[in-house]
Amino acid sequence: MQIYRSHVLVCGGTGCTSSNSGKIIEEFEVQLKNNKLENEVKVIKTGCFGLCAQGPIVVVYPEGSMYTMVKPEDVKEIVEEHLLKGRIVRRLLLSDIQTEEDTSAKSLEKVDFFKRQLRIALRNCGIINPEDINEYIAYDGYKALAKVLTEMEPEEVIDTIKKSGLRGRGGGGFPTGLKWEFAAKSQDDIKYVCCNADEGDPGAFMDRSILEGDPHSVIEAMIIAGYAIGANQGFIYVRAEYPIAVKRLDIAIKQAREYGLLGEDIFGTGFSFDIELRLGAGAFVCGEETALMTSIEGKRGEPRPRPPFPAVKGLWQKPTLLNNVETYANIPVIILKGPEWFASIGTEKSKGTKVFAVGGKINNTGLVEIPMGTTLREVIYDIGGGIPNGKKFKAAQTGGPSGGCIPASHIDTPIEYDTLVQLGSMMGSGGLIVMDEDTCMVDIAKFFLEFTVDESCGKCPPCRIGTKRMLEILERITGGKGEEGDIEKLEILAKNIKASALCGLGQTAPNPVLSTLRYFRDEYEAHVRDKKCPAGVCKSMMHYVINAELCKSCGICARNCPVKCISGQRGVPYVIDQDKCIKCGTCMEKCPFKAIFKNV
Amino acid sequence: MKSITELEAIRKKALEQMSVRNQDVRMRVVVGMATCGIAAGARPVMNAFLEELKRRNINDVKVTMTGCIGACRLEPIVEVVDEKGEKVTYVKMTAEKAARVVAEHIVNGRVCLDYTIGAEEKNK
Repeated sequence: MQIYRSHVLVCGGTGCTSSNSGKIIEEFEVQLKNNKLENEVKVIKTGCFGLCAQGPIVVVYPEGSMYTMVKPEDVKEIVEEHLLKGRIVRRLLLSDIQTEEDTSAKSLEKVDFFKRQLRIALRNCGIINPEDINEYIAYDGYKALAKVLTEMEPEEVIDTIKKSGLRGRGGGGFPTGLKWEFAAKSQDDIKYVCCNADEGDPGAFMDRSILEGDPHSVIEAMIIAGYAIGANQGFIYVRAEYPIAVKRLDIAIKQAREYGLLGEDIFGTGFSFDIELRLGAGAFVCGEETALMTSIEGKRGEPRPRPPFPAVKGLWQKPTLLNNVETYANIPVIILKGPEWFASIGTEKSKGTKVFAVGGKINNTGLVEIPMGTTLREVIYDIGGGIPNGKKFKAAQTGGPSGGCIPASHIDTPIEYDTLVQLGSMMGSGGLIVMDEDTCMVDIAKFFLEFTVDESCGKCPPCRIGTKRMLEILERITGGKGEEGDIEKLEILAKNIKASALCGLGQTAPNPVLSTLRYFRDEYEAHVRDKKCPAGVCKSMMHYVINAELCKSCGICARNCPVKCISGQRGVPYVIDQDKCIKCGTCMEKCPFKAIFKNV
Repeated sequence: MKSITELEAIRKKALEQMSVRNQDVRMRVVVGMATCGIAAGARPVMNAFLEELKRRNINDVKVTMTGCIGACRLEPIVEVVDEKGEKVTYVKMTAEKAARVVAEHIVNGRVCLDYTIGAEEKNK
């Protein structure tokens, strides 16, 4: 066996891959060879570390030094300085640890971003090589499965999950153990276990990261679920837009089969289970459980009324257990560490941790896992590093198109299922989009509604027609043509659609409108009555003007204007022709004297 | 996979290969790997530490590198740091000496006084 004195872990998640981490791996291989270190240093591709804003990320062990925003050109320096001479390349460290005295250990845990996190579902992401089953096994992988199959009765397994207090991480937060119990109690000779990996919320990438970074944890949990409810076949429904996740799942399933962890007679116990992948074509509605199962059956992915619930009649009319990726990722740890341990984390009604994909106007964009009950302020300021450019925090959007906005006044609310619902939002799958003072809340509501209108499957009229009508009103309001009564009309429509739509997509589609109306009604009113967009976003209601006193008539604005609508001459202040202006903002950006203003 | 023993065997082997990533360490062996150290033969010394630790199945001791300590004439220099941060500096190391440091200092907790910087300075 080859011993390596150093391991170089390079992030292979989607974020880092798109910022060239593949090239970095190649470059490491070349540079290590040049320095004759290829037998001493091993390069490993891992899943997402979570700090996507600082990617591509490279971690060098044993020191645990975390290098951020690494470019292929930096690799030579890391090899020659760090790996050859043991000198940490300080300029590439995260800025908050660059100044630290202790150079010997720069472990991940020391970084502010990770300090307040508790990683259960993401325990192996960025730590192991997701394409090597041995690395998963090294960190206690498949140990929970072994324990379940050899020491526990199916009822005991379900009891453990019930006691842990785990609730579904995909949206509604239904108690997982109860769901398992329903599926177990359904009497049938054939049952199925399904994994919902059809993550479609704008701004959400938790499930993708888990699949990319630790696919075996989901596979292991599905086998455990199969044993608990009495199923022998599993399906993972994953969107085809997640090519890295699909590839790694494929590799993981093959490896698990080779090791006999999937297939016949697992651990010699007589229990058999296998998993197949099903690729979704990327329709948002297919994340809804009944639509997802219809799609797996090979039909058009449309939802159907419930009941009957999937636990009674699911895939091919057989009892089916469906959980989402993150829910599964928690299962093996709960089995190994016990339900009491899991229940000790979080709050009374929301146990454990939740993964959030934090994006928008925030410094540390990325993936964070926090104990339930952590406040929004801690997520945004302590972990997320605050709002860029000294702007003010205005609201956080959670739960994607099914959720709503939490305004700055509720920033100290602990994050858990029920508090978010009380605020008119929801946990959803865990997308968290941070918005600053430059965000127009009417525009945000319009954005989410555009999304649901596009994604509505069209089966039921409230969703197909109702959301379209709502969008038309919003377009009118943001277009400066809002009329008295529009806001009330929006409210009536929203409430009716919520009450009458067939599935979760339609029932929750009005939420972004309702929650922004609840907290930012004044912005709607300003749009309708004063024809003004207070945040200066809605183009029809604002214009750019040049302040004649500040203008030095340099002509830079005119030269950069793409539609040539700015005129003037030396000594005379320039002016913008408002009729021709397309409101792109280039002039304001380019003006060296800050003489151009956005007039709202 | 037919038994838990089989799984456990795979786990142990994989963990060994990954031990370099383990951050829970009892002791650190820091090898001076600046140009002076490398020229004086620090690399075989470091490899000897790695091999000896592996042979004895010691996973909670980490071998790392550092730059020039300043006493180039005494290279290869190796520092052994315990969990309290107490440091012992060994000088003019060789692969053979490294094996003894593992056996006596790391395993049995007896510092090899004759290899330390103090002993070397006294001999002068």
